Amino acid sequence: MATTTSQAPVESGAEPRPEAPAPAAPERRIRVGGLTGPGVASLLGALGGSLALTWLLYERILPLSGGQGFLLAWFLLFNALYFLVGRTQWDPRTARENSVRALAVSAGALVVTMIGFQIGFVAWKGWDAAHHQNFYTQDMEHSGALSPLDSGGAFDAIVGTLEQLGLATLFSVPLGIATAVYLSEVGGRAARAVRTVVEAMTALPSIVAGLFVLGVVILTLGLQKSGFAASLALSVMMMPIITRAAEVVLRLVPGTLREASYALGSSHWRTVWTVVLPTARRGLVTAVLLGMARGVGETSPVLLTSGFTSHTNWNPFSDHQVSLPLYIWNYVRQPYPYMVARGFAAAMALMGIVLLLFVTARLLGGRTTKEGTR
Amino acid sequence: MTDADLAPTVQMPAVQAATATGTHGLETRAVSAWFGERKVLDRVSLTMPAGQVTALIGPSGCGKSTYLRLLNRMHEMVRGAGLAGEVLLDGDDVYAPGRLPASVRRRIGMVFQRPNPFPAMSIYDNVASGLKLAGIKVTHQERDELVETSLVRAGLWTEVRDRLKTPGGALSGGQQQRLCIARSLAVSPDVLLMDEPCSALDPTSTRRVEETIELLRGRLTIVIVTHNMQQAQRVSQRCAFFLASHDTPGRVVESGPTEQLFDSPRDERTSDYVNGRFG
Repeated sequence: MATTTSQAPVESGAEPRPEAPAPAAPERRIRVGGLTGPGVASLLGALGGSLALTWLLYERILPLSGGQGFLLAWFLLFNALYFLVGRTQWDPRTARENSVRALAVSAGALVVTMIGFQIGFVAWKGWDAAHHQNFYTQDMEHSGALSPLDSGGAFDAIVGTLEQLGLATLFSVPLGIATAVYLSEVGGRAARAVRTVVEAMTALPSIVAGLFVLGVVILTLGLQKSGFAASLALSVMMMPIITRAAEVVLRLVPGTLREASYALGSSHWRTVWTVVLPTARRGLVTAVLLGMARGVGETSPVLLTSGFTSHTNWNPFSDHQVSLPLYIWNYVRQPYPYMVARGFAAAMALMGIVLLLFVTARLLGGRTTKEGTR
Repeated sequence: MTDADLAPTVQMPAVQAATATGTHGLETRAVSAWFGERKVLDRVSLTMPAGQVTALIGPSGCGKSTYLRLLNRMHEMVRGAGLAGEVLLDGDDVYAPGRLPASVRRRIGMVFQRPNPFPAMSIYDNVASGLKLAGIKVTHQERDELVETSLVRAGLWTEVRDRLKTPGGALSGGQQQRLCIARSLAVSPDVLLMDEPCSALDPTSTRRVEETIELLRGRLTIVIVTHNMQQAQRVSQRCAFFLASHDTPGRVVESGPTEQLFDSPRDERTSDYVNGRFG
């Protein structure tokens, strides 16, 4: 040991001591990477330069205009400019590295901007109707096209959406997860065929699902158009999505856990129920959310199987029942400003419901497994 | 590190007066195993006496793990796996027609190379999981007692008694492995198979697991696969040396009492292997 201490020799059995006395001043940490002055300046310069260049090109020289196109052109120009700026001062590898990082970050920023733009646009157009309380408590039964915005609302559609989505979730979640369990835990030759069909069904156009239920359930079996029929059509849309996503997360459950379970004397189905499904719970919640997100926005199956109405129908098993997407579709194409505003306000309500569902499901599904290991 | 640092913190419980009565021996007769068309084990006949620790040693790929896994019928879960011969637990063939794999595995527990506690369960639930999985009905009080005795026997009780409700995955690697041992013990198996239980652990944890094995000896029949010669010498009473050459399947070169295998091996290859001259 190079340390020379004037203390008494340390006995071998005693507590290990620090080898050198700690220096009085706190150490200075070495900074690795991070932001530097020139780096930030290059970034801001490229950002500003590309903005000015885009404005000049897009608004003045080329015969183009519009928000999203402008954003896209700015995005592309910024990345080109940033690379060139970097190339003048850094070695090629650093320039490339920084450029790719900027590309990834700005792509993310672009997507967030566009989504923010969409939500902002809907909120702006719908605010006139959405800030009236009656919009959430009344239906359109006694309000015409020219009725002011302090009468009428989307209560009927909110009820319809919640009931139809609730029923469809009730049908598609057990079926979808059971199918996923079959595909991932049982398998075999037949499972391959089922998987192919399920994969094909994820791409099924929603109007076909609507036609299927219309043809089989309503025209052949003689059920009347109702929210229930709509929920069947939505289930056809949601089930394959849930199955696919659930199968992927079930496959992520490590095989060693299944082995541990079998080695304890467990049967196949108890292993699935007690070990595999709880381990995959968070992922399964995501799978269900993906399915619900698919179902909540469908318009055409609801139009075909439930039909439009302007009064509140609490009973999903008989008579027409409107849902929010159908409500939006029906009113936003009318040539009356109040009706368009109601349509946009309903779109806001729809987004609000989706947000609420997602938050609730995350809270329900993500409680205990946080500290679990993979 | 000194010896004082390694002194066991686990107090040996009073239940340690181990007796060999009520334990069960394992025997194989001419067991062969295949994966698809590839034969990996060739007519292995071994006796693993009741209440003793039998170590299986040999270089990688010689079929030790496969042999271990066919003792409790885990081998057959691999696609394309095949086998021949007899595995006798107390003289009854484990592969007899009509015998359920699950009932065999309840009597012959297994601890794996990498600790694999169930991540969605707490420490308590991990230990109690075997009851649920094997469909054993017990009262709440019995379950509490069983969890405690299992954790005591696995040498983990004093470390986790205050946090039984925390996730099992939050423990250190060595603790997780002892949790897995406790989990296996909770269904009171007659035999415990251990597949390189210490290869993913640091020396201190390894020592703890070896102490646990020492504690369990006499109470259970233990079969352990290990790559560590010293470990085999420390924990086992009997030893079997497996070897597979280039294109031939694995077979037992020599087996017998551990001291004999290490001190006066009959076969030259055994002598070379245990003295570290190859493998």
